[in-house]
Amino acid sequence: MIREVKTEEELLEIFNAKISDGIKIEPKDWMPEDYRKHLQRQMSQHAHSEIIGMQPEGNWILRAPTLRAKVILLAKVQDEAGHGLYLYSASETLGKSRDEYIHELQTGKAKYSSIFNYPTLSWADIGAVGWLVDGAAIVNQVSLQRTSYGPYSRAMVRICKEESFHQRQGYEIMARLAQGTPEQKEMAQDALNRFWWPSLMMFGPHDADSPRSGNAMKWKIKLESNDELRQSFIDKTVQQAEVIGLTIPDPDLKWNEERGHYDFGEINWDEFWNVVKGNGPCNKQRIDHHTKAHEEGAWVREAANAYAKKNN
Amino acid sequence: MDTQGEIWEVFIQSKPGLAHKHVGNVHAMGKEMALQNARDLYTRRKEGTCIWVVKHQDIVSSVPDDDGSFFEPSNDKIYRAATYYEIPEGAKHI
Ligand SMILES: [Fe+2]
Ligand SMILES: [Fe+2]
Repeated sequence: MIREVKTEEELLEIFNAKISDGIKIEPKDWMPEDYRKHLQRQMSQHAHSEIIGMQPEGNWILRAPTLRAKVILLAKVQDEAGHGLYLYSASETLGKSRDEYIHELQTGKAKYSSIFNYPTLSWADIGAVGWLVDGAAIVNQVSLQRTSYGPYSRAMVRICKEESFHQRQGYEIMARLAQGTPEQKEMAQDALNRFWWPSLMMFGPHDADSPRSGNAMKWKIKLESNDELRQSFIDKTVQQAEVIGLTIPDPDLKWNEERGHYDFGEINWDEFWNVVKGNGPCNKQRIDHHTKAHEEGAWVREAANAYAKKNN
Repeated sequence: MDTQGEIWEVFIQSKPGLAHKHVGNVHAMGKEMALQNARDLYTRRKEGTCIWVVKHQDIVSSVPDDDGSFFEPSNDKIYRAATYYEIPEGAKHI
């Protein structure tokens, strides 16, 4: 068999042709170094978010108000662990090990979604997280199902199948509280007030202020921009709030007939950048907890490795 | 230092009669753990009737990009396709 050696330009041409024809890029395909780097960053950030995101919800498993609520929350948090693992698997196909990714998380080199740096103060927050945070994640992930990198796309398809239960269980909690006593309704409204804006921030900065978006769109890693995705989330969610009698905490929120979308108020970007930079209410707690759990599990991994070696 | 165990590729048969299909991978120390991890991770909702796990390093793969010639032999044998043959007018069920 004769193997012809292609030049870098030829390889790039093949890569670009695949991207423009909508053919997925697979792990063993040649890809530009920047494409690989971008994916490593984005996919591991996504994986870390799923894993760190278990903490604010895990906070309420032992305090869930009923057994039904407890088993649901437990199953939901278990799914998030699964999402993290699907995504670490996919990220590893880019030639970096899981250990390296986790090290980057624990040393602050890799980020995760800022939303998980907010505390869950009441049971209603578990409702708000499922409804809004998973709701926002769904909008993003549905779009990413069509991403150009095969393993990422397949992980997204798998994740999207599981997400709708997450959002519905959260919305159900909110709906029940909103129909309950005045205090319960107040609790639901308070959770919505605190989680609304951070949920909108999940989509990232405005397109104009998002320097990496250009490449991600060019390579079809991202298919819709931050602002488009955010708008689509808002348009879906306003009606859901109305149905359960809660008020979205934005005085500028108004249907715009001409645009066919809701107009909404300006996001507090100072808060966003502040949390991204590590100064949110729970940043330190989240990473400390992750590191502690990881270190406390070291002996289990060692023992399992020794056992596997012995049995080989 | 990698302490996460080896990578095992996971294949699931979603119902009897269908082929096993690759779904992703798990990390595990040993084959029993690989199978259990695969069950926990990939079949939380009745996704399968049978699971295979295979050590990632044991899989031999062709190289897609720099080797188009690898699949070349199939291109010039058009007589392997049913549409290649001329069938007399009126012949049925063939
Ligand atoms: Fe998730
Ligand atoms: Fe979720």
